[in-house]
Amino acid sequence: MTARRWKSKAGTRAGASCALLLLAACSGRQSALDPAGEDAETLALMFTVMVTAAAILWLCLNGLFFYVTRVSPRRMSRKLANGLVIGGGILMPLVLIGALLAWGLSILPDHDQPGDGLVIRVQGEQWWWRVAYETPEGDVISANEIRMPVGERVSFVLDSHRVIHSFWIPSLGGKMDMFPGRQTNLSLRADEAGIYRGQCAEFCGASHAWMAFEVEAMEPDAFDAWLAAEAAPAGPPDGGAEAIGRQIFAREGCGGCHEIRGTEFQGQVGPDLTHVGSRHSLGAGRLGARLEDFSTWIAHTDDLKPGVEMPPFDHLPQEELTALAAYLKGLQ
Amino acid sequence: MSDTSRFDGPSSADPELEGIYPPTAEMIAEPMDPELSRAQAERLSRAWATPTGWRYWSSVNNTEVGVWYTLTAFCFMLLAGLMALLIRLQLAVPQNDLVSADLFNQLFTMHGSAMMFLFAVPIFESVSILILPSLVGARDMPFPRLSAFGYWCFLIGGIFVIGSIFFNVAPKAGWFMYPPLATEDPGPGSDIWLLGLSFIEVASIAAAVELIVGALKCRPPGMRVNIMPLYAWYVLVVGGMILFAFPPLIAGDLLFELERSFDWPFFDPTRGGDPLLWQHLFWIFGHPEVYIIFLPSIAIAAMIVPTVAQRPIVGYSWIVLSAVGTGFISFGLWVHHMFTTGLPNISLGFFSAASEAVVIPTGIQLFAFVATLMVGRVKLNLPMLWIAGGLAIFTAGGLTGVMLAIAPFDFQAHDTYFVVAHLHYTLFGGMVFPIIAGVYYYMPLISKKLMSKRLGRWSFWLIFSGFNITFLPMHLSGLLGMPRRVFTYPGGLGWDIWNLVSTCGAFVIAAGFAIFMFDLLTHGRRSALTPRNPWGGGTLEWTHDVPEANWGVRSIPYITSRYPLWDDPNLVERMDAGRYYLGDSAEETRETIVTSVIDARPLYIQPITGPTWITLVAAAFTGGAFIFPTFHMYWPAGICGVLAICTIITWLWRDTARPPKTHMADVGLGLRLPTYASGSRSAGWWAMWITMLADSTAFASLIFSVFYYWTAHPDFPPAGSAHPELMLVALAGICVALAWGATFGAREVNTHGRPGLARALLGGGALLSLAAASFMTLSVTDLSPKTHAYPAILSAITIWMGVHSALGALMQLYCLAGSTFGKLTPRYDADLRNVTLYWHFHALAALIAAATLGLVPLMLT
Repeated sequence: MTARRWKSKAGTRAGASCALLLLAACSGRQSALDPAGEDAETLALMFTVMVTAAAILWLCLNGLFFYVTRVSPRRMSRKLANGLVIGGGILMPLVLIGALLAWGLSILPDHDQPGDGLVIRVQGEQWWWRVAYETPEGDVISANEIRMPVGERVSFVLDSHRVIHSFWIPSLGGKMDMFPGRQTNLSLRADEAGIYRGQCAEFCGASHAWMAFEVEAMEPDAFDAWLAAEAAPAGPPDGGAEAIGRQIFAREGCGGCHEIRGTEFQGQVGPDLTHVGSRHSLGAGRLGARLEDFSTWIAHTDDLKPGVEMPPFDHLPQEELTALAAYLKGLQ
Repeated sequence: MSDTSRFDGPSSADPELEGIYPPTAEMIAEPMDPELSRAQAERLSRAWATPTGWRYWSSVNNTEVGVWYTLTAFCFMLLAGLMALLIRLQLAVPQNDLVSADLFNQLFTMHGSAMMFLFAVPIFESVSILILPSLVGARDMPFPRLSAFGYWCFLIGGIFVIGSIFFNVAPKAGWFMYPPLATEDPGPGSDIWLLGLSFIEVASIAAAVELIVGALKCRPPGMRVNIMPLYAWYVLVVGGMILFAFPPLIAGDLLFELERSFDWPFFDPTRGGDPLLWQHLFWIFGHPEVYIIFLPSIAIAAMIVPTVAQRPIVGYSWIVLSAVGTGFISFGLWVHHMFTTGLPNISLGFFSAASEAVVIPTGIQLFAFVATLMVGRVKLNLPMLWIAGGLAIFTAGGLTGVMLAIAPFDFQAHDTYFVVAHLHYTLFGGMVFPIIAGVYYYMPLISKKLMSKRLGRWSFWLIFSGFNITFLPMHLSGLLGMPRRVFTYPGGLGWDIWNLVSTCGAFVIAAGFAIFMFDLLTHGRRSALTPRNPWGGGTLEWTHDVPEANWGVRSIPYITSRYPLWDDPNLVERMDAGRYYLGDSAEETRETIVTSVIDARPLYIQPITGPTWITLVAAAFTGGAFIFPTFHMYWPAGICGVLAICTIITWLWRDTARPPKTHMADVGLGLRLPTYASGSRSAGWWAMWITMLADSTAFASLIFSVFYYWTAHPDFPPAGSAHPELMLVALAGICVALAWGATFGAREVNTHGRPGLARALLGGGALLSLAAASFMTLSVTDLSPKTHAYPAILSAITIWMGVHSALGALMQLYCLAGSTFGKLTPRYDADLRNVTLYWHFHALAALIAAATLGLVPLMLT
């Protein structure tokens, strides 16, 4: 009795440490196995069940194969063999697959259903994301980052400018392709506040690898406050360096491609920069958002992101780059 | 017997066989005169001699072409494997800059394309060309020159496609070539992919036609379909799948190339096109392709397992039905590659269920093998080790496949490294391991020597462990969020360690392959000749002589059981003595017996063509016709196309369906057979039938495209667009109908002894065909195909019909010439019967095309 209890305790402990190791291996802010939303949660559970069943089936089948070839190569009864073909080849898959299908199709999400209200339109570009939050006062334009309230099912309306992309936030749920000239829908719900990472999943050319974005799931109040701030135009430069940076921005023609609302910069080719200073990443998830990341990005776009349309501004002296970075970082 | 008459109904002009059939046991047991036997063997040997010196390369024999074909496919596999090593090196650590993004994208595109089109499908065809004749006791494939032509096409096309990577212009939009990315790619990469691989696909279809005819018509007398080796069944199933799977891709390639070269917007959403149309056409090909790759390997296992168990396979009929079932179901699964394209849930549910359904036939086949091993007395050998390893890997891949077929789970796993792991598990386990098992198993048949057991075990364990080290962690990196086809990745997302492990594993696999290739290439020097049937197999391939004699089998046996070597201990000795059929070749020409489809009753003696250079020349010109347009050189391409057609006509004219010197010939065992057949008795007629099935499938894909646009786009056809001229469409339809009538009539009056009238009808028919092509073209001249997908798709259908009408005219003229110069007579009319068959298909297609062009605008607007 005691021996058995001790054994089971050791078993639990070993199991627990294995599970811990596994959990550590599964965690990550882009991991489908570390869910932070309703859909991802269901799918992670489904995966666990499926992978366990698959492991058992695999062991049985290959064990049987090993047994009949190595352990017991003598002749066995014909009846047993026929039974195996019918039982293993027909009955077992019918039952198991039938059950799995019933479960799988019952959780098939209907992405065309409206969510809890918030609609975010995302358009795939080469290789960045154009983002628009629909509000009663009109669209709030942003880029390369998604913010969404926790506990609310958000509808994403997706399309693309030139080639096919795919919108995917593994921590929250499955992906959906984005087509030029065709609209697709996806709805997701975040259940835990935090910062996650999404990435394009459909091969889209040279820098497919560098087409990512940050997702921040926020408490609803914080989200409302953020959205209101995001809707506002950019504030004036704060201090000397930022003002110089703004002049360089104008001189280099950055406003031809980029929009900064509340200024004369009205370009629509590249990402909106109105509040770029408050974002978590630069270059669609390519770099962080520290001051030096701004100057690195501006000077080395083509090295950092092969094929990108924005030319590198490596002819600018370092102090001008720093001033430009200060201006952009100041766009909070 | 009733089956025979239904499928091979006597054609009026053909004499029936004379003499005794089936042979009695006494006749078979009667000993041969050794002197006579030796003289026969010498004559046969001269007839089947392989050319020596540089003329060796003019060989067309399946044992030569099959070996070249297989080795070439292996070379392409090794090159694609080297690309995989570069890919793994680049991904070993985050933010690596070993290769550029552009080169990386070329590498993974080429790795996938080469493995699929230059290795996986060709290796099935090459191995089948190599061993199918021996499995069914035939002397050769029915059309050896077609095999040689196919091989040269494959070699030229393969080098062209894979060579592009050395010039940094390889395709780089992924092996699936999704538009608009692939249509917008500025370099020649996409054109190289489209034209180079179309060229190879055409050769693949040619080989499939030949293999199907080989399995249906070249079996030995008495080998009814229900006792033929399982491998032959799989050849039929896979060949049939190629016929229906490749044409949609070829049709897609045609549309794609028209968009790239002439700006016809089939896939451009801004002008009424749809990128999803390509995805449908591609995956209607792409998913059956997976089973086209997988089933032949099951076929190899189905030959090895009974030998290992030393008893007949359990559940022969179950396995055959499952193989056929898998073939059918595989055409209903393609949408599971498109689960994340926003299709309605009802489609997702249907295709999820269909994808899961394929588990059942696959399961039956695997469990039948296990059952065979259970009831047998297992004698393990090296090939079986590879089969066991393959099974372990394949079942893991199959189980992850079951997961991926559940649509919601696929939303997460799609386009991640989880799928990369899954597909490599299925293809390595379901294809590479069984193929290597097949190499070890059949090497005593090919080189007459055994490969090293020790090296074989080394390479097995290296590849097996290396494979799992490489691909097992990919399941995890995929679920940790790593997408496929990324040239690099940021550190710190939990992917670093798993990628490093994968890269290390890849080199272990490479080491295993190096040992395998070393053994493959050098075992001939290291080991002695094997005995004749080293594994103790029960099927006909093990009757081949050691060392190999070029004739394949000394005499073609009469077969009454599935494992004749186990059931008839005297069989080999009697075959060797020339006791059975065609043990002699009086004229020292190459011949084989063609039998009926179901019962394998001997029908006639088919002359087999010998060595020639013309196949190489024809392949080179055909290659030119496909390769020059890549560089927008349309004149050289046109000239090559014309020269290719001329060469092929010369080849056909000189060596096919020539009237024989004698009507009947003695084949031994008291049987006399006709030396010529036309209509449904002949192998050529079946080849035409099968080819036209593939051709019609491509045409159906074009018609499908019209209705796809219509269902997917409410504004199709767009308001106010120009339509084809109804009058001209109707005229074209009438001309095709009349041309068909003329051809059909020519066949009938020719049979009834009025060749003069037949010639007049053929000449008139050719004029009508050309008129039809012209009317068809004129009917769409007002359409501007660059403006919208609607005029573009109708124009594409017109091009298709125009080319087919012109081909039809060419065939009519060929028969006219044949009749004029004595190649085609009322009695020997195979050409005319085959051409009539072509016209049956073409007339039907033209009717559908005319209806689509003429009526669809009226009905859909």
